[in-house]
Amino acid sequence: MSHVPPAHAPKAAARTVILVLVGLVFAVPILSMVEFTLRGGLAGGYTLDRWIAVFSGQLDASYRPIWTGLANSALLAVITVLLTLAILVPTLILVQLRFPFLRRAVEFLCLLPISVPAIVLVVGLAPVYSVVARIFGSGVWPLSFAYGITVLPFAYRAIQSNLDAFDAKTLSEAARSLGAGWITVFLRVLLPSLRRGVLAAAIIALAVVLGEYTIASLLNRVNLQTALVLISKNDPFTAVIFALLALIFVGILLFVLGRVGSGTAGSGRTPKPPRAARRPRSAVAAATTPTPSAPLVPGASS
Amino acid sequence: MTSVASSAPVATAAGPASGTISPPQGRRPRRLRLSRPALLTPAGIGLLPFAVWVLLFLAVPTLLALGTGFLDGDGSFTLTNVEALGDPFVLSGFGASFGISAVTALVGVIVGGLVCYALLGANPEGPLRSTVDAISGVLAQFGGVMLAFAFVATIGIQGFFKVWLETTFGIDIFADGVWLYEVPGLILPYIYFQVPLMVITFLPALEGLKPQWAEANATLGGTARVYWTRIALPVLAPSLLGSFLLLFANSFSSYATAAALTSQGAGIVPLQIRAALTSETVLGRENLAGALALGMIVVMAVVMTLYALLQRRAARWQR
Repeated sequence: MSHVPPAHAPKAAARTVILVLVGLVFAVPILSMVEFTLRGGLAGGYTLDRWIAVFSGQLDASYRPIWTGLANSALLAVITVLLTLAILVPTLILVQLRFPFLRRAVEFLCLLPISVPAIVLVVGLAPVYSVVARIFGSGVWPLSFAYGITVLPFAYRAIQSNLDAFDAKTLSEAARSLGAGWITVFLRVLLPSLRRGVLAAAIIALAVVLGEYTIASLLNRVNLQTALVLISKNDPFTAVIFALLALIFVGILLFVLGRVGSGTAGSGRTPKPPRAARRPRSAVAAATTPTPSAPLVPGASS
Repeated sequence: MTSVASSAPVATAAGPASGTISPPQGRRPRRLRLSRPALLTPAGIGLLPFAVWVLLFLAVPTLLALGTGFLDGDGSFTLTNVEALGDPFVLSGFGASFGISAVTALVGVIVGGLVCYALLGANPEGPLRSTVDAISGVLAQFGGVMLAFAFVATIGIQGFFKVWLETTFGIDIFADGVWLYEVPGLILPYIYFQVPLMVITFLPALEGLKPQWAEANATLGGTARVYWTRIALPVLAPSLLGSFLLLFANSFSSYATAAALTSQGAGIVPLQIRAALTSETVLGRENLAGALALGMIVVMAVVMTLYALLQRRAARWQR
């Protein structure tokens, strides 16, 4: 596909100047973090010792919170992804197929967490979790219920835009009329068509949970971020190393998300015009809305 | 087309079972035509987990947060906490939150808008676009604790950039005191996540500008300046204002970076909520966190409603 720049596009020189300048400014804090981790202490100079210590497992017991936090965050991430998908996917499919009149309401509920800051939510979550702790114990995993709520807008956008991109109703009716039960329809027809949306929702949920600090710190739970803050008080260098590693990991995750989202986009998006489908409608969704693409082209086969 | 391959499972899944025409086929369409099927069916019960989850972990906490603002220590109704919203200490918190949100949103709109403009000519499928898209996605998520670390490493007392400015140009950015750990110190870190968010939200709007408009302008003898001031900016105005509100809400509700940077202070509202939650003695009042949460929710509701209205207005030009 050849690309002709529109008449109102900037000149190449102007574009280069803007992008290089902004790029440089945004690179400074990241490079500063790297430089910081390499500092040689009072003696000056640079050393790789701290990086070696992290990767060779030489960190002593005072770093244990990091491993606890990492394990907790990993557990929370997995449970949050499973919980959110297990609840959201069937709900959105049901609404799409059987209760279209509920669509607006569900959309409103799913996007609502954008307007409720985590710091506000945590004020009300404190009493809720004192009850939850009595039922499920004071382990870290019940935090997933709250994390799922903070992930909801992202996950909703990813799955719903996928759901809008193929004709779920016709497909499921076709399968039903050919004798498939609802379980078969769900597992062998709808879920395979939704794999992009589901994968995108899972990835963004992972990224959000790994970066979460507000809820965990104010409910006195340990996760990766609260552990980093704790460690940074004694050894800011190692804390920054872990922060950089987390950043790289999330970067890779979101890069994969970009590949998932843009795969074959552009040609086969049907029910909505591409522009409208791609326009992010919300803060958080915007941060991550992958271009929805249509794994199925309804009408082409009929 | 991927359609053939992807729809194959449909045929195979259903193939063996389908024989002659079966009764369900006659029933299905009729039931689907009903506009409002009863919720008290097995299908309706399938919506229950979602409803319970959202109720318990979104609705109840939000209402509790707002409700406790109206309760005193013994649980009876009072307006004194809400009256505390007029206290100079709280007002200064809201003032600082408004200030920092407005400033960082404005800088985000301008710088992010420029980046979007620079990307206008780039091939949407090309490597430049996808690189900027990916980086923006990562950096917009790069909030919280790690961002605080990054800026301590950059412009902290021993920060790389701070020391470099000092040794190279003799400029001491902390000549008037160390401001990084106070409210002004939040401006640079917040801008760091505002700009990428602007790029992500505004780029689609900017790409909605039809090339034909620029061509029509040129054909009629208009200059680039006329195009931008008379055509493009008026069309983009709702999107620009909407993006500003979104960025405002984004920094207004942000907590983690500030919390990690300033372990003591309570300069902005989220940090005042932290102080109220952890010590319960802010202004000598219990349940002040609830009143502060109420104040935040009111601001967020106004901002996000305006944002939604502007988005609807902006959508007109993006068809």
